[in-house]
Amino acid sequence: MKKTHIIILIFIALAIAVLISFMGDLTTYDTVASARQKEGKFVHLIAKLDKSQPVNYDPIKNPNYMQFTAVDTLGHSTLVIYHNAKPTDFEKSERLVLKGSMKDGKFECKEMLMKCPSKYKDDVNANRNNLSAN
Amino acid sequence: MNYIGEHLLPGQLGHFFIVLAFVSSLVATFAFSKAANSVDPADEKRWKRLARISFGIDFLSVFFVFGTLYYIISAHYFEYFYAWNHSNRSLDTSYLLSCIWEGQEGSFLLWTMWHGVIGMLIMARGSKWEAPVMAVISFAQICLATMIIGLYFGDVFIGSNPFLLVREKFADAPVFARPDYLSLAQMQDGQGLNQLLQNYWMVIHPPILFLGFASTIVPFAFAIAGLWKKDFGGWTRQALPWSLFSAGILGLGIMMGAAWAYESLTFGGYWAWDPVENASLVPWLVLVAGIHTQLIFNATGHSLRATYVFFILGFSLVLYSTFLTRSGVLGDSSVHAFTDLGMNTQLLIFMLIFVLPAFALYASRFKFIPHIKKEEETSSREFWMFIGALVLFLSAAVITWQTSFNPIYNKITGQSTAAPEDVEFSFNKIQVFVAIVIALLTAVTQYLKYKKSTKEQWIKKILVPTVITAAITVTFFVVSGLEYDKKGPGFQAAIYLAFFASVYAVVANAAYIWAGLQGKLKAAGASIAHVGFGLSLVGILISASNRKVLSHNTTGINLKFDERSKEKPLENLTLIKGLATDMGAYWATYQNSDSTSKSGTISYYRVDMMKKDSSESFTLYPNLIRNTKGQEGFSNNPDSRHYWNRDIFSYITYADNMDNREDTTQFVNHSLKVNDTVYYSNGFFILNKVVPNPSNDKYQFSPTDTALMADITVFSKEGTQYAARPVFYVKDNEARYMLDTVFAQNIALGFSRVLENQQIELQVKESSRMVPFISLKVYEFPHINILWIGIILMTVGFGMSVVYRSRQGRLKAINKQKQAA
Repeated sequence: MKKTHIIILIFIALAIAVLISFMGDLTTYDTVASARQKEGKFVHLIAKLDKSQPVNYDPIKNPNYMQFTAVDTLGHSTLVIYHNAKPTDFEKSERLVLKGSMKDGKFECKEMLMKCPSKYKDDVNANRNNLSAN
Repeated sequence: MNYIGEHLLPGQLGHFFIVLAFVSSLVATFAFSKAANSVDPADEKRWKRLARISFGIDFLSVFFVFGTLYYIISAHYFEYFYAWNHSNRSLDTSYLLSCIWEGQEGSFLLWTMWHGVIGMLIMARGSKWEAPVMAVISFAQICLATMIIGLYFGDVFIGSNPFLLVREKFADAPVFARPDYLSLAQMQDGQGLNQLLQNYWMVIHPPILFLGFASTIVPFAFAIAGLWKKDFGGWTRQALPWSLFSAGILGLGIMMGAAWAYESLTFGGYWAWDPVENASLVPWLVLVAGIHTQLIFNATGHSLRATYVFFILGFSLVLYSTFLTRSGVLGDSSVHAFTDLGMNTQLLIFMLIFVLPAFALYASRFKFIPHIKKEEETSSREFWMFIGALVLFLSAAVITWQTSFNPIYNKITGQSTAAPEDVEFSFNKIQVFVAIVIALLTAVTQYLKYKKSTKEQWIKKILVPTVITAAITVTFFVVSGLEYDKKGPGFQAAIYLAFFASVYAVVANAAYIWAGLQGKLKAAGASIAHVGFGLSLVGILISASNRKVLSHNTTGINLKFDERSKEKPLENLTLIKGLATDMGAYWATYQNSDSTSKSGTISYYRVDMMKKDSSESFTLYPNLIRNTKGQEGFSNNPDSRHYWNRDIFSYITYADNMDNREDTTQFVNHSLKVNDTVYYSNGFFILNKVVPNPSNDKYQFSPTDTALMADITVFSKEGTQYAARPVFYVKDNEARYMLDTVFAQNIALGFSRVLENQQIELQVKESSRMVPFISLKVYEFPHINILWIGIILMTVGFGMSVVYRSRQGRLKAINKQKQAA
């Protein structure tokens, strides 16, 4: 066996090891209920802002603390704590992807993605509305 | 119906030329293939003539299409959907080009134009490889033309026509029942260009990046031509300048995108391992691997099979990335993502129609491809170059897997796997080792000779650079160090090793220009590119590891609001207008905000920064850009203060006047007794008692003063209670009062008068804006300029190699002709 072949085999073994460890790092998309079952585990929670509940963000007191209620498609809701600034137009968001974990019944959010009406994908439809509005 | 005021001619002409481009590239493909396969030279000449003319027509057509589209946008013909959807009247002329590549059609157009230019250059050069290579490129031109041809067969459509009219796009909209619809307000102006794209980088980054993408077809086409004509090794020298050009331009294009991200996006850096970034990095890695095996083959005859794989794969990965970023499969995982035009199937076919036949051809010819039985010596340059190419390839494979596993796996199995907790680290922890190996190989391999080198000579030459590098690393360790210890000592050690290896690559390759090439700069392209590559790595390692958050919330008093705050990264700092706030080594003061852009869409916030020792002060203008295109809200646009050795990078995370509402609310007066209740919009409050001469944590009045404090409890609708303690007092024979503000409820209370019958007058103001303020994030990126200088050097190095290698190739051809004569 050539030494190049041996090296290739070693590299392939390394690559497989790396990929397996990557698979171990993967997380899941979850609902409120399934995230509750995995308390403490890092998940991607897909939900939307419960607009009937208040969004607490007072940047003068603390710009790194925000609290709101998120509700998922099944109607379950949870309190969310986010240690960062409130994203612009948070109240207008239609869908939230919250990255974090459940802790004592609250969702500790590390990072969030917002889908706003008419951002990127839906802009054609928004434009259609612009057209019809007079 | 006859519509009034439409300009239909440019669109009809434009679409005609799209169809012409499609037909002529079809003819060119056929004729070039015929020419490539013909045995009779006269036959070949005839076919080639036809093919060249057809390709010339294709070239002119795509330029005409582009010009027409530009004309429509610059003339503001909003009856065209492309102009209406991607531009408006208030746009700076310099950004009109960006409108073209905001949409998918425009970027396909850019791609096909570059293919046209590249094809013309290859035809001008002319060689025996012209026909088969051009057949491949012409075929790609057919595919790209279908992307913009916009043909409908019932519900099925092929491509998306950039010359579609608004009334064709939204055929069911009621406004088009009127012949004079163009005179309506909503047709008088377009939707505008996405604000984030209104940046000078966005004018130049896409053309360069697409030139990079487009040029990857040349090494691919040469490889296919080699397999096709069964002249397996004959093309590699001629293709070398092209593959060098492609890697140089693609690398530059990618890093221009990084520079744009750094300057106008707010993920706080230049690279985030976003799928769209990865999709362009992966072909580059594979292409660079291919260049190295190509060089090995040219010098020794080894590694030809690998070269084929890398070049076929390079272009295939460009197609794959096109599919990935444009089809919408990435969904939530990317910040970029084009609008989904519903062309997924077409994009998939575009990819497969190249990839499958190419690998089938490779497989069928595999055993004929010459290779040397005898193995490379361990002391040879080619052996270690091959190992390096292999590592680059594996790195590309791992990145591809990590990027596309989730969307594809979820699509197939219906599962819901998502990205790891720390996405960037999941890449970094692997790629740091790739960087170590590649940088070490880059440093030492040039000092080895092809075929076989003697150990003593190699050690003698490499000794000086090694010592210098060790000295630099130790000095750096002592003076500055890399402070990234978040991921444990193992990863920090890896970063240090990578730092050593990168410096080694810089020093060894710089030294090689003298030690190995005797200062012959003309031939030093590779060394310079390697120095640039090493410098880029050094810049990445320092700026990413030593990135500092300056805007740490150090005020301390605010943290009680949230018990768990201490463990969280508190990277936002609130600055109240006019108030100097402690920010690490600086005092930061938010002075004012104003809108200065032409259309008033950009608000600049002036933040004065002063070193605490007063040695230096400067001003930052982070800004907020009001989103266009019917989108609500703002995009935050960072501002940086550049120094030679660091950048102070700032952006606004929250501003109180984002809604741009004027604070016109007035105080409302209430007369009340103790235990009376007053309602406000979000709840009510109760006057508990009135305390004379209060002395507590808030006020220190002595019994001899004349002061009254209203003790009030505010009950919000959410059930939260707040204390409010406005005070009324007499000083210097004058009645005064102090407001107390409950910021969380946005109400201000004032105890303004004492009335009869034990009543007091309470002033209440509700406003969303109590005090003007902004929340800011400020980072320090040290030595980021090393990265940019590295990229420039790398591009220069590639450019020099292109010139040197194509001259070398031409001289060789001339010598051959002389010998033959």
